[in-house]
Amino acid sequence: MTEITSESLGGIGQWVKRKEDPRFVHGKGKFVEDIYLPGMVYGVFVRSPYAHAKINGINTEAALKVPGVITVVTAEVLKGLKLDWMPTLAGDTQAVLAGDKARFQSQEVAFVVAKTQYAAADGAAVVEVDYEELPVVMDPEAAKAPGAPVIRDDKEGKKDNHIFNWKSGDAEATDKAFAEAEVTISQHTHYQRVHPAPMETCGCVADYSKITGQMDLYITSQAPHAHRTVFAMISPFQEHKTRFISPDLGGGFGNKVPIYPGYVLAAGVSFLTGLPCKWIETRSENIQSTGFARDYHTTTELAATKDGKITALRVNTQADHGAFDAQASPTKWPAGLFNICTGSYDIGAASINLDAYYTNKAPGGVAYRCSFRVTEASYIIERAVDALAQKLNMDPVELRLKNFIQPDQFPYKSCTGWEYDSGNYQAAMQVALDKIGYPELRKEQAEKRARGELMGIGVSSFTEIVGAGPRKDFDILGLSMNDGASIVVHPTGTVTARLGVKSQGQGHETTFPQIIAEELGIPQENIKLEEGDTDTAPYGLGTYGSRSTPMAGASTAMAARKIRAKAQKIAASMMEVSEEDVEWKNYKFQVKGVPEKSKTMAEVAFAAYTAAPEGMEMGLEATVYYDAPNLTFPFGTYICVIDIDNQTGEFKVRRFVAVDDCGTIINPMIVEGQIHGGLTEGFAIATMQEIRFDEQGNILNGSFMDYLLPTAVETPVWELDKTVTPSPHHPIGAKGVGESPNVGSVPAFVNAFVDALSHLGVTHIDMPVTPWKIWQILKEKGIAE
Amino acid sequence: MIPGSFEYHTPSSISDAVALLQQYGEEAKILSGGHSLVPMMKLRIAEPEHIVDINGIAGLDYIKEEGGVLKIGALVRESDLEHSDLIASKFPIIADAAKLIADPLVRNRATVAGNLAHGDPANDHPAVMLALGAEVVLTGGSGERVVPISEFFVDLLETALKPDEILTEVRIPMPPANSGGAYFKIERRVGDFAIIAVAAQVTLDASGNCASAGIGLTNSGPTPIKVTAAEAYLAGKALDDATLSEAGNLAEAASDPTSDTRAPAEYKKAMVKQMTIRALRRAAERAKGGN
Repeated sequence: MTEITSESLGGIGQWVKRKEDPRFVHGKGKFVEDIYLPGMVYGVFVRSPYAHAKINGINTEAALKVPGVITVVTAEVLKGLKLDWMPTLAGDTQAVLAGDKARFQSQEVAFVVAKTQYAAADGAAVVEVDYEELPVVMDPEAAKAPGAPVIRDDKEGKKDNHIFNWKSGDAEATDKAFAEAEVTISQHTHYQRVHPAPMETCGCVADYSKITGQMDLYITSQAPHAHRTVFAMISPFQEHKTRFISPDLGGGFGNKVPIYPGYVLAAGVSFLTGLPCKWIETRSENIQSTGFARDYHTTTELAATKDGKITALRVNTQADHGAFDAQASPTKWPAGLFNICTGSYDIGAASINLDAYYTNKAPGGVAYRCSFRVTEASYIIERAVDALAQKLNMDPVELRLKNFIQPDQFPYKSCTGWEYDSGNYQAAMQVALDKIGYPELRKEQAEKRARGELMGIGVSSFTEIVGAGPRKDFDILGLSMNDGASIVVHPTGTVTARLGVKSQGQGHETTFPQIIAEELGIPQENIKLEEGDTDTAPYGLGTYGSRSTPMAGASTAMAARKIRAKAQKIAASMMEVSEEDVEWKNYKFQVKGVPEKSKTMAEVAFAAYTAAPEGMEMGLEATVYYDAPNLTFPFGTYICVIDIDNQTGEFKVRRFVAVDDCGTIINPMIVEGQIHGGLTEGFAIATMQEIRFDEQGNILNGSFMDYLLPTAVETPVWELDKTVTPSPHHPIGAKGVGESPNVGSVPAFVNAFVDALSHLGVTHIDMPVTPWKIWQILKEKGIAE
Repeated sequence: MIPGSFEYHTPSSISDAVALLQQYGEEAKILSGGHSLVPMMKLRIAEPEHIVDINGIAGLDYIKEEGGVLKIGALVRESDLEHSDLIASKFPIIADAAKLIADPLVRNRATVAGNLAHGDPANDHPAVMLALGAEVVLTGGSGERVVPISEFFVDLLETALKPDEILTEVRIPMPPANSGGAYFKIERRVGDFAIIAVAAQVTLDASGNCASAGIGLTNSGPTPIKVTAAEAYLAGKALDDATLSEAGNLAEAASDPTSDTRAPAEYKKAMVKQMTIRALRRAAERAKGGN
C-alpha cells in the first residue's frame, strides 16, 4: 500500500488548485443574476436626485401606463404592510422607500415592477416625484454645527445629528503621560469614503408560494443565516418556511453584509403577487447607494521620550455614518475594533474618543476587507509613528523596532483591553528589510535627494485582529458570532461538509476540504463543501472580518476530530483490539507497534454503516459549533518604494515587499492570491479612490468611469514573503489573512509618499494621493513649475 | 443601465445611410464603434429614436496611402491602427495615441472616425489630427465636402457635421522626410480619458532646426485646441530647452481647462506646458531617426 502523506491527500499547507475555478473560467458559475424562474417579474428603483429633499407627492400614473408595468410600490404602500422602515444591523432604522423625505442622493423612492427589466426601467423613467429641496449636511463638522438641519427627524425627539459617542482606554493616564511627555505629535487624517465595489453587484430573486407559505430568497448575502433570522424577526415570514440561498457570489468585501431595501421589496412584491420577483442593481446603483466603507476624520496624538519610546496615544475621531446607521459592527463595539489602534506597539496608555454623525450620504460603514474598523485603526497608528519618527529625525524602522511588543510579551494585554494571542514583529520586519535591501535604499534616496530627484520608502508594521468572535463579547443583533461545521463521511469514504460561513471568492471549497483531508486522511478531492443554503448549512454568522478560517476553520477541524474519535472506536473493534491500543499514525489507524495492522478512514467509514460495534450508533458524522476563546492577531511588515516625477507629480511604485504572518497556512497559493488582491485594493484606496460629493450633495464619481479601479498596467509587482507564528489557541493554529494586505498596505503607500517629500517639510498627505496633489506640494515648495 | 427604446436600421451603403439621416434628421444617430454613443444611451443621457448602424457597409475599413495622403475609412477600428505597419513607420504620433485609447476591448470596436465625429475634446484623435493638419470627408445629401480638421470642431460635442452627414474618411498628408511626432498623455489610470494630453508633430530642416510644427491639445478646453501661436513660434528655430519651454508657455496660454474630478485647472495648465515640452522633444528625436 502506498504511503499516505499530506501531499497525497492535499492536506494543510499544500498548493491545491482551486476547485471552484473550472466552473468560473468556463462561465458556468451560478450567480443570483443567473436565476430565472417561470413568470418572474422585475423591479427597478426610482432614486432621489437630491441629497436631502422633502417628498410632497409621487405620481405613478404615467409609469402604470407603460406596457408591461404591473405596479409601482411607494412608501405609502409599504406603510400598510408595516414595511416602510426596517431595522439595520447596527440597531438603527432605515427607510425601505423614502416616504417623508429623501436623505441621500440615490436613495430608493419607488419600486417599479414589470414583466421585463426593460419595461421596469421605462416605467421608472416616468415616475414623477415632487421634491422640495432641503439644506444638506455633508460631513461631521456640518452635522454638529449649531442649527444644522436634523436629518433624522423621523426619530421622535431627535434634535441633532449625533448618533453615538464611544470611549475606550484610560483618559486620565493618557493625559498624565502627555503632560509629562518630552515629545508629542498631533496629526489630522481623513480616511476617505471608499466603496468595496465587488465585481457582482447586489441583487435577489424572491419566490413566494401563496399555497405553501414557503419563501425562497436567492440573495447576494455574505451571511445567509443571519439575514434569514433578521428577516423572520421583522416580517410575517416564519424562519422554517423561509429559505435563503446565497449561490456563487462575485465578491463581497463587506458590501454584501447589510440588508438592502431591494431585498425587502422583491420579497414584498413576491408575497403580494405570488410571482417570483428579481431585483439586480446596476453598477452605479451599487456605488451610489450600498454600503460604503471608512469615512473617519481623526486626530491622532503620540507622546514619547526624546529617544523615541512611545508613552501614550490619544485619538479623537468623527465618524461619518451617512443617513442611516447601517454599519456592520458587533453590538458591544459601536466603533468596531477601532481601539486596536495601539497596533504593534507596547504603549502604556491610550485614550480613544469617537463621535458618529448622520450626514446626507448613503448609509454604510461596512467592514470593507476589514475586521470592523481595524483598517482605520491601523492607518492612524502607522501614519502617526512615521510622523513621530520624522519629528525625532529617527529612521521609521528604528522607531518601530524600539516600540514593538517583544516576542516574550505574548500573550500581550494591550492598554485598551485586547489580549494579543501571539506575534513576532521583529522577525517579520527583518525578513522585509533583508528582502528589499533597506540600508541600500536609504543610501540611494540620499544620493537622489542631493540631485533633486524624489524617491520615497514607506514602512508599515500592522497588527490585525480577526475572527470575531468569542460569544461573551461578540454578537450582531443578539446573535452569537459563532459558526457551525457539519461533516458527513459517507459509507464509501467520501465526504460532504457544510459550513455556516459563505465564500465570495475566497476558495472555501478548496481550503476547508484540505483541513478535513489533513484531519481524516481522506483525499481532498473526495470531499465536497457546501455553503450558502440555510436549509442545509449549519447555523453561522457568515463570512466577513477574516473570520471564516478562525471560526469555521476551527469548527471544521473539531468536527473532523470528533469523527476521528468515533472512528477510532470502530477501528479498534474491526482490528479486535482495545481502543487504547489503536493510534492515528500516517493518516490511518494502526495497532500500536504493529504498523502492518491498520485501517484507513474509508475502511472504517464502510464499517460504520455496515458493521458498527454493538451499542454504537451507526454512521460517521459530526456537527460542531465553535466558540473561540479569543480573536487571532495576524501581522506583518510591508515596505514600499516610490519614484516621483518632480515636474508632474506622477509616480511609480518601484517595489512593494509584503511579509505576512497569518499563522498556519492551509493553502499557500490561495493565501498569495488573497494578498495580491488585498494589496491591489490598498493601492487603489491610497492613490485613486474616494467617493466625492459637491456642496449640494451630488455624487461626483458614481460610476466606474470616475470611481477608479486599478488595472494590471499600474498595479505594482508584489513581492511576497512570510513568517509563521501559529495561533496558540486555534485548533490548527490558523489566523485569517484576507484583510491583512488591505489593512497593512494603505499606510505603507502613504508613508512612502510622505517620506519622498519629508525633506521639504511635508508631514502628511490625505488620500487618495494623486499626481496633482503631489504637484501642488512641489509647486508650493518651488520645485515644480 | 437600460436605454430607452429606439428603432434600429442597418443600411448597406453610404447613400442608404444618408437617406435615413435625411428622413429622420436630429432624431437619428450613426452607430459605428458605439463606444461613446452606447454608454450615453445606457445612462439615458442620449435617447435617439433611430439608430443607423453603418457596420454593415462594405469597403469602409481601409488604411491606405494615395497620392501623398493617408486615407482612413469610416470603419477603421482603433486596433487596426495599432496593427498597421504604415502607421507604425510613418505616424508614430498616431501609434502613440491609439494604444492609449481606453482598453484593448474598446479599441477592437471603437473607430477613428467616430472618435472625431463625437466632437469630444477628451478624445485623443482630435488633437493628433490637429497636429498633423488632417482633413475630414463629410458625405451627405448634397454630396461630399472636405473640411480641414481645424474647422471641424465647433463647440463641446458639436462639429461641422450636418444632421444628414457622415464622416466617411480622414485624410492626412504624408509627412516629409525628417519628420516625427509624439503623443503625451497624463491620465488617472490607463484607459481613462486624458487629464490633458499633447500631440506634437515636427519636421526638421537640413540644419536640424524646426521647419514646421503642429501641436494639438486634448481635454484642455471646450474643443480640441490647435496651438497656432506655438507652431508659428517654432518655425525656423533650433529646438533647444529654452525654445521648447517657450513653446510650452504658449501652449499653456492657449489652453482653457476647467477643474473637475480629474484634476484642478491649474494642474492641467501646468501639465499642458510640461507635456508640450516632452512631446516636442520626443517628436524631434524621432524626426532625427530615434524612437
